[in-house]
Amino acid sequence: MATTVLGLIPSGRFPSPAETWSALVHVSGRGYGGGDLALHVYNSLRLVVMGFLFAIATGVPLGLLMGWSRRAEAFINPIFLIIRPIPPLAWIPLAILWLGLGDAAKIMVIWFSAFVPSVINTFAGVRNIDRPVLEAAYMLGMPKIRFVTEVLIPGASPMIFTGLRLSLQASWTTLVAAELVGAFYGIGRVLNVAQQDLYPGMILVGMVTVAILGWGTTRVLGLAEARALRWNTAALAAKG
Amino acid sequence: MNRQISLLQSIVLGFLGLACFLGFWQGMSMSGLVSNIFLPSPLEVYERFTTLIERRFAGATLPGHLAASFMRFAYGFLLAALIGIPLGLLMGWYQLLDEIVSPLFDALRFVAPIAWVPFAALWFGTGIGGPIMIIFAGAFPPCVINAYRGAKFVDPRLIEAANMLGTPSRRVIMEVLLPSSIPSIISGLRVSAGLGWQSLVGAELIVASAGVGYMMVQGQANIQTHTVMAGMVAIGLVGLALDSALRGVERVIQKRRGLEQ
Repeated sequence: MATTVLGLIPSGRFPSPAETWSALVHVSGRGYGGGDLALHVYNSLRLVVMGFLFAIATGVPLGLLMGWSRRAEAFINPIFLIIRPIPPLAWIPLAILWLGLGDAAKIMVIWFSAFVPSVINTFAGVRNIDRPVLEAAYMLGMPKIRFVTEVLIPGASPMIFTGLRLSLQASWTTLVAAELVGAFYGIGRVLNVAQQDLYPGMILVGMVTVAILGWGTTRVLGLAEARALRWNTAALAAKG
Repeated sequence: MNRQISLLQSIVLGFLGLACFLGFWQGMSMSGLVSNIFLPSPLEVYERFTTLIERRFAGATLPGHLAASFMRFAYGFLLAALIGIPLGLLMGWYQLLDEIVSPLFDALRFVAPIAWVPFAALWFGTGIGGPIMIIFAGAFPPCVINAYRGAKFVDPRLIEAANMLGTPSRRVIMEVLLPSSIPSIISGLRVSAGLGWQSLVGAELIVASAGVGYMMVQGQANIQTHTVMAGMVAIGLVGLALDSALRGVERVIQKRRGLEQ
């Protein structure tokens, strides 16, 4: 960060290491934009986790259903086709109109952005299960519930996790955007206030925090994946 | 499971699905359960869409806003392609450059493009420069990654042959690396366009004084749900058009190279 961009960017608008450090001390001690760093991190993390879990809880079952039944797929797919091209961020104004600037609106947009990847990948995962496996399960007359929990979900799980990783990324992007548009707490709020105050050091602190949080949650998901797919050596080998 | 259904059945079910969706929406807004201000019916959104095409809202008509958005998108996207593709190719060619740039790139990957908004506004203003930088932040990584992959996975025999014939590395890059990475680059551009368009919408929601995103924010501020929804429809349509245009290019190139699956 020692580089100064010559001429292109007005001086004083590029964060110096010293300024960044003092911004970090400032936000973690006295607080900035309505709270200290821990509070902002807690709020952002809480919303992402809630929206993400909510999206998984609805998206994965829907994906399983669509993969399982061609009828369900035929019924639901066209609705998906018209909603999918709308970027998740475009839902933000609508969410604010409906639910205001509080937590509910943010959870709604995160849910929306994370829902689509988890449905699509779960669906693709079910469709990629080897036919003989499905036929064997059928032939053995497996009860439906056991068929779902012991054949469909494990068979689709490598793809489900791919979907979850995309969902998690989308969740963070959407949350930051939603908080930039309007929020009382959160990392996006810090970024927003810092922008208005022309405080480059603080902006950098906010961006680094977002990056660390995104990296950390992806790591946690990766660990969960490794645990869940321990049986699947092929998937682990492919991940390297 | 996997019981096949006929084409007719799937078309009928599809229409039924859409009809249920639109019917439920229309029913909800007509029943008065939800105030019409907050949930306009599909028909009202359609009407609003057509009026916005002619009448100005927030300083321009809908096509005017779209044109403003698209201009920014085009600049940001072209900039990303012009810088990203050569960088990716060079990273695939020079090991040293790869080792310098890759770690930086991996670290930046976790910063959502939209988190660049404050710096973009601070450095380039909120007019046209700021939004372009956000689009660039969204569209740049796929350009680099796919050009890099394309260059890495070139058949080594081609490069060996070129080297053996004593071809200078500039010509190897232009005449071997670039042409054989084109399919990968084009797929990267498609991903780029999608991410860039999405980032643009986000940027316009936060900092802009024209464009579809700005129109939606104004609609939101004036509690005009139908304007917001019309904006969403417009954004979706343009995104879809962009994607199918690039998909078309992708298919033509694959066909020409006999790579059609």
